[in-house]
Amino acid sequence: MSMSTELPQKSSSLYEWLTTDTPTSRKQARLSSWYRSWLELRSNPMAMFGIAILLALVLIAWFAPLLAPQSPFTQDLAARLTPPGEGGYILGSDSLGRDILSRLIYGSRITLYIVSLVALMAPIVGLFVGTAAGYLGGWIDVTLMRITDIFLAFPKLILALAFVSALGAGIENAVLAIVLTSWPPYARIARAETLTIRNADFIHAIKLQGAGALRIITRHIWPLCISSLVIRVTLDMAGIILTAAGLGFLGLGAQPPSPEWGAMISAGRKFILDHWWVATMPGLAIFIVSLAFNLLGDGLRDVLDPKKNSK
Amino acid sequence: MSQGNNAGIGLEHVNVWFGEHEERVDAVKDAGFAVPFGGSFGLVGESGSGKSTILRAITGLAPDWSGKISVLGQDLGQDRGKEFYSAVQMVFQDPYASLHPRQTVDRVLSEALSLHGFDTINDRIIKILDDVGLDQSFRFRWPHQLSGGQRQRVAIARALIIEPTILLLDEPTSALDVSVQAEILNLLTRLRTERGLTYLMVSHDLAVVGHMCSEIAVMNDGEIVEVLSVEDLRALKANHPYTRQLLDASVQKRKNE
Amino acid sequence: MTNLLEVKNLTVKFPTRHGVFEAVRRISFSLGRERLGIVGESGSGKSMTGRAILRLIKSPGILEADYITLEGKDLLTLSEKEMRRVRGHRISMIMQDPKFSLNPVMRIGDQICEGYRLHARASRAEAKKKTLSMLETVLIRDPERVFNAYPHEMSGGMGQRIMIAMMLIPDPQILIADEPTSALDVTVQKEVLEIMDKLVRERGMGLIFISHDLNVVSAFCDRVLIMYSGRIVETCRADQLHEATHPYTVGLLNSIPQLEHPVDHLEVLQRDDAWSKDPSVSGIVETEEIA
Repeated sequence: MSMSTELPQKSSSLYEWLTTDTPTSRKQARLSSWYRSWLELRSNPMAMFGIAILLALVLIAWFAPLLAPQSPFTQDLAARLTPPGEGGYILGSDSLGRDILSRLIYGSRITLYIVSLVALMAPIVGLFVGTAAGYLGGWIDVTLMRITDIFLAFPKLILALAFVSALGAGIENAVLAIVLTSWPPYARIARAETLTIRNADFIHAIKLQGAGALRIITRHIWPLCISSLVIRVTLDMAGIILTAAGLGFLGLGAQPPSPEWGAMISAGRKFILDHWWVATMPGLAIFIVSLAFNLLGDGLRDVLDPKKNSK
Repeated sequence: MSQGNNAGIGLEHVNVWFGEHEERVDAVKDAGFAVPFGGSFGLVGESGSGKSTILRAITGLAPDWSGKISVLGQDLGQDRGKEFYSAVQMVFQDPYASLHPRQTVDRVLSEALSLHGFDTINDRIIKILDDVGLDQSFRFRWPHQLSGGQRQRVAIARALIIEPTILLLDEPTSALDVSVQAEILNLLTRLRTERGLTYLMVSHDLAVVGHMCSEIAVMNDGEIVEVLSVEDLRALKANHPYTRQLLDASVQKRKNE
Repeated sequence: MTNLLEVKNLTVKFPTRHGVFEAVRRISFSLGRERLGIVGESGSGKSMTGRAILRLIKSPGILEADYITLEGKDLLTLSEKEMRRVRGHRISMIMQDPKFSLNPVMRIGDQICEGYRLHARASRAEAKKKTLSMLETVLIRDPERVFNAYPHEMSGGMGQRIMIAMMLIPDPQILIADEPTSALDVTVQKEVLEIMDKLVRERGMGLIFISHDLNVVSAFCDRVLIMYSGRIVETCRADQLHEATHPYTVGLLNSIPQLEHPVDHLEVLQRDDAWSKDPSVSGIVETEEIA
């Protein structure tokens, strides 16, 4: 925005450079295609609202020490369970007199950490398994998909619980457990996409140029599967946050005194009737972030849908 | 693989089928013909006649076949090596389906070159775009920024950039408007003369095949019912009743007046 | 006696990021009890014209016209509800691929019957009888079998005959056929055209035949409109299409390879910007002139 007011000349030529139908370099072709997607996403107000919230979340996590009014760990038993707005506690204090707002701000780091690790790992595992199964077919397909089915047959949280209890409680193990339980749907999607792509003429064409299976999968099929996976991951984000919170709630995720949102709800459970804010505030935070991811996912679906862009 | 002699493509007693046991469908039955090196041969038939399946059997896209297929004097087995793919290339029917939607023209062409270990990639791309009549400004465009005819030119460029000697053409103009069809057919004719290519062309349109090919095989229900020269075809000298029926249907459109 | 259908200054536009795109630009034409061909290449606006008559332009497309009159009644003034009665009952449309027009999980007979019963409020038995006789008129040898079949069991040519039967049951006055035979083999194409021709003639209907194939149109229609980039560039009697004078029509005709007249080099159409700028030629004819 500031660009356009300061340098109107330059930015209008940049706009033309980005929206041209005749790009002159690889870089320009790629950038202009991204820019078009961005324009389309920008025209979707709900998605932009989601992006704004997530951007705020990242900034809050980044500047947590500056933003938090107090340390998330400092206890003040004299001021325990202070209601919101009283005694300098904007969102109130918890049973040990810690400032809930500060804990939420620091907790956003943990949430982001879990979410980004899972979002990176689970779809990649799914992509490998799904495209290999879909493209190679035969016994490889059968084996890989039956393994996927086994994972899908268990309720997510129960399976994660089993993994965590086997690996030991802690945030890294929680992440690992969530990844292990959430990759199968991505494998399913990737396989379905691959099945529709593998008989397309453009895959036949590259096959007839002598490309091997590995090259076809990684360089020609992956780029087409990734958009549906990105959409699915954004929509699943809320679920991932909730699973992490659920593990935290059951005491198997982040360990006290770490300000993980799920663990905070769990700690507030004892006081839910008399001191509603202790459990409600972290619940609201989870709700807002989940909503943001869902809105973004919906917007991305409109922009990235390969069926719409293929012609 | 290149040989000085007369051998382009040869088929003898070729059967192609899909599925097994009760579900087996015989798509091509006992097909045989020979295309001399540098020649141009047409396969005509209606949908389901097995004409495209023959191309798929030659390229290995239809894995279940029996009989003898030879290319440039060498018999083909079940597997096709790099050597085969550098000699034989194919242009597909639907230019909207044969280009990867997320790859620029440049990427499509350089991928082909790198697969076959060519150097001077940049120069070759510039030259091939020129050869197929595309301006250099097309080099970094995405498929969705191209018209059907332009896409088909890119597909032809992709096939020819690795310098094959044989080009298989699967209805290369049936998805295009007639004025664009004329441009593409002229381009194919010019490239064949310039590069001494061998063409095997499949089409449902007798007039198109008659324009492009010197010898034509007519297919019906998986069988080659007649092979005739283009002179006989033009003189409407067909022996088989099915060929005559096809000729009637395509000439009658104009004769109605 | 007036024309069945008359269209005056029809425009269809679509707003895009780079300004307004006009798919059809101020075209006028009329249809009597005749077979009117609309030919043009992809993007010429011919299909859009067919859809515009039925007011089937989807948002954000905008349809504008001075009037579109069906037997003197302006379709543009009708409500959406009244328009629905016009579609299918008075004007029917046949699309290129019957596979997309038929419900894949419903028996063919039931689909045709349903349409008829909605229209005529007839009993089930009556509808079935009518359907079977209609299937017979499109030269389907075994109507009972087809009646109980599902769309995927039919070949392309059979599917298109079924569509014709289905569209003709409510006795429409006008049939719009958008590339009805382009997906069919040449030998089948001929049969389907003949069936359509016979029915349209017998019932005294008006037919708008939209196609990219100049030869089919010149053999099959009475009068032809040639469209280029949203405009009518030329109109002529179909049997005189090969004597057309507009450079676009001439160029198109010359670019088709012909079996009997071999050439080394096909003529390539040289496009002229002026063609898309000139005002549209009127395709309105008083009915007396056609006969």
